[in-house]
Amino acid sequence: MVTLSINGKARTVDVPADMPLLWVLRDVIGLTGTKFGCGMALCGACTVHVDGRPMRSCVTPVAAATGKQITTIEGVGETPSGRKVQQAWLDLDVVQCGYCQSGQIMSAAALLASKPHPTDADIDAALAGNICRCGTYVRIRAAIKRAGG
Amino acid sequence: MARTLSRRMFLEASAAVGGGLLLGFTLPVRRRVLNDRFAPNAFIRIDRDGRVTLIMHKVEMGQGTYTSMPMLLAEELEVDLSQVQLEHASADDALYAEPLFGVQETGGSTSVRGNFEPLRRAGAAARTLLVAAAAQAWKVDAAACRAERGEVVHGPTGRKLGYGALVDKAATLPVPHNVPLKDPKDWKLIGTAAKRLDSADKVTGAAQFGIDVQVPGMKVATLAACPVFGGKLASVDDSKAKAIQGVHQVVRLDDAVAVVADHMWAAKQGLAALDIRWDEGPNAKLSTADIVRQLAAASQQPGVVARKEGDVARAMAGAAQKVEAVYEVPFLAHATMEPVNCTVHVRQDGCDVWVGTQVPTFARTAAAKLTGLPRERVQVHNHLLGGGFGRRLEVDFIIRAVQIAMQVAGPVKVIWTREEDIQHDMYRPYYYDRITAGLDQRGRPIAWSHRIAGSSIEARVISQLFPKTLRVIRAGGVHRLGAMIKGLDLDAVEGAAEPPYTLPNIRVEYVRQEPPGVPTAFWRGVGPTHNIFVVESFIDELAAAMKQDPFQYRRALLDQSPRAKAVLELAALQAGWGRPLPPGSGRGISLLHAFGSYIAQVAEVAVSKQGDVRVPRVVCAVDCGIIVNPDTVRAQLESGIIFGISAALFGEITIRDGRVEQHNFNDYPALRINEAPAIEVHLVNSREAPGGIGEPGTSAVMPAVTNAIFAATGKRIRKLPVKEQLREAKV
Repeated sequence: MVTLSINGKARTVDVPADMPLLWVLRDVIGLTGTKFGCGMALCGACTVHVDGRPMRSCVTPVAAATGKQITTIEGVGETPSGRKVQQAWLDLDVVQCGYCQSGQIMSAAALLASKPHPTDADIDAALAGNICRCGTYVRIRAAIKRAGG
Repeated sequence: MARTLSRRMFLEASAAVGGGLLLGFTLPVRRRVLNDRFAPNAFIRIDRDGRVTLIMHKVEMGQGTYTSMPMLLAEELEVDLSQVQLEHASADDALYAEPLFGVQETGGSTSVRGNFEPLRRAGAAARTLLVAAAAQAWKVDAAACRAERGEVVHGPTGRKLGYGALVDKAATLPVPHNVPLKDPKDWKLIGTAAKRLDSADKVTGAAQFGIDVQVPGMKVATLAACPVFGGKLASVDDSKAKAIQGVHQVVRLDDAVAVVADHMWAAKQGLAALDIRWDEGPNAKLSTADIVRQLAAASQQPGVVARKEGDVARAMAGAAQKVEAVYEVPFLAHATMEPVNCTVHVRQDGCDVWVGTQVPTFARTAAAKLTGLPRERVQVHNHLLGGGFGRRLEVDFIIRAVQIAMQVAGPVKVIWTREEDIQHDMYRPYYYDRITAGLDQRGRPIAWSHRIAGSSIEARVISQLFPKTLRVIRAGGVHRLGAMIKGLDLDAVEGAAEPPYTLPNIRVEYVRQEPPGVPTAFWRGVGPTHNIFVVESFIDELAAAMKQDPFQYRRALLDQSPRAKAVLELAALQAGWGRPLPPGSGRGISLLHAFGSYIAQVAEVAVSKQGDVRVPRVVCAVDCGIIVNPDTVRAQLESGIIFGISAALFGEITIRDGRVEQHNFNDYPALRINEAPAIEVHLVNSREAPGGIGEPGTSAVMPAVTNAIFAATGKRIRKLPVKEQLREAKV
């Protein structure tokens, strides 16, 4: 049995310690906003916050997140930076297919929480791990600047 | 490929179940006139509380159709966009066929083109009914009433009734025909940058893609298909896999194995623990080089004529100069961000399929065939698509999931790992093109000969249609049937057969050559994505051969195509064509006429001393006719451009020992934010019929980038992707 704190709520699950957090969230707890994209930390679709830091949940064993605060896309709107990012995403209509956007927003929210006024280089560094096949990058960059404005 | 639609429409109103107004509409095209019953192709429902529901026959895969389709309806219905809700249509060609295809499909950049008039007519008819209902209730002349923001207003007295209060009455009235549509100058919504209706759910994680489906009692499965194309499963030892906690079952298929488990992690671990032996079959030694050799040989043979004007041989003989080239483009995977997946529950009395698909009726038919159930016992529950790009026009993965589910008690969600998704995609074909031009003294192309060799996707798709003749005519029109009979793949030559330039003597041919074992399929931009690269690179070569400016060279050949000329000039102007750039940098230009749209792009590239290519800026000018939502058009061009740069710079699927060599985003990379260009999109104000916009941005950007590389380095890229080709060149 593993007890996790997810979006401020305690959840106890019976899963192996090496099970990636991604599958615990999606297949055991039913929080499907966090997405599976590559399984190897190559695309960023599965990004969540663990104690405020962006982590690729597809390669994060659940044991590494035990006792820490896990925030997912379903809960990030409760944080100041997450709320700002979501609003900027709406203002600029960033999304297209939307599948990667949970991960994009989680990476952007973590960036803004640590750097309230990020530069282009900051954005490149923080978001380069998140692939978007629809190519929403132009708007992602603009939305992060708007949220940090 | 543009076809004219009849302006007449059949509309029918009825009372909705549980009250309200239900309006169906259709176009009396093709087979539908044979039907004795009325067969509407989309539905609008207006409830007693005034809510408007559009039952969507189009799927959202990012292209913005969930916003543009409701805009068309709301414009004439006189409701706010926020009042329109969407419901996924069920799988039924008779009800929801795409007017341009005859089947229920989202693809080919057709949604706005095919529905621009039908949805507005449906909205206008519904509005007229509601106004008539109000006029009857007030016992006044309908001409004295008007509709606005979901209400009918009686002008002289100012009385108002909301649509919700009028629906029951409206449902009993005869449907008006030939209701005039608004004058475009009176449009309130069409042409505005209305906000996307799907944004809110997509920023909170609430949006439901196929992979997010949760059904009570559902298991999760993942699979390994034979890594060699055409190979079979020989044997599998599953003893270790079955010992893993959470693993329930190992399913054997002819050419694949799946592990069924409580969750994906157990399924993945189970799969890794299997000891599988494959019978690799006839393609065990196949490599890309073999396929290219076959294509090169095929391209020496005469092909089926796609276009013939004038006398190419004679003009070529009299040319002052001859330019020849061979172009090649690779196999490409779609690599949608949502790996393919499908959830299926097969029971004795029925089958449910939960999936995101561009072709719900094909999915239904496939499941019915496999299970032996009648079609009406198969329910397809369609979902948002985490990327389509043509991948979800295919039902191979749905068939696979149904085959697995037939051996599983209860519902099972089958998820492809990224590696399986890349290695068992259906690929954009490898094409091999020979192209020759004869130039006159002034450099004008007086002879043009282009022969395309490659796989025929259309031939495969058509072979799956039955009864063939009727369905081909329905799906593609009589000209497509004619092409099929002579062996011409109209998609394979689209963008090559009719370049916008003045070419008095032109011959374009197609030679079908299938790669052994490798399944091929449509990929964003379809035929033009390959052909525009070839034609626009070659036009650039002609300009270079004559030492002429590539923009001016094209421009001089466009007197017969004013829309093409206008976008070319606009792109060049906005890009600052001719302004100096730093050493190692260059600008390239391209022009496209496809999908009913005209696009010109100017790409800037910077090539490092090591031969690495960056694309810092792309300027795009577009004339896609009447624009429903300019923000969606911009977004689609930004999207297409990024997608195309990924392919041009690094996209390549290669085969060795019968297997795909790429695995994941490490060796099949996609452009990332730090590599993405600044993109400027300039829209031409146009009153022409709407053109498609989901795909052409991808097609146009590839030659713009490679032409810019030529301008920067003098190296002509005749084979995609660019990858490390510039490392060999002296930069």
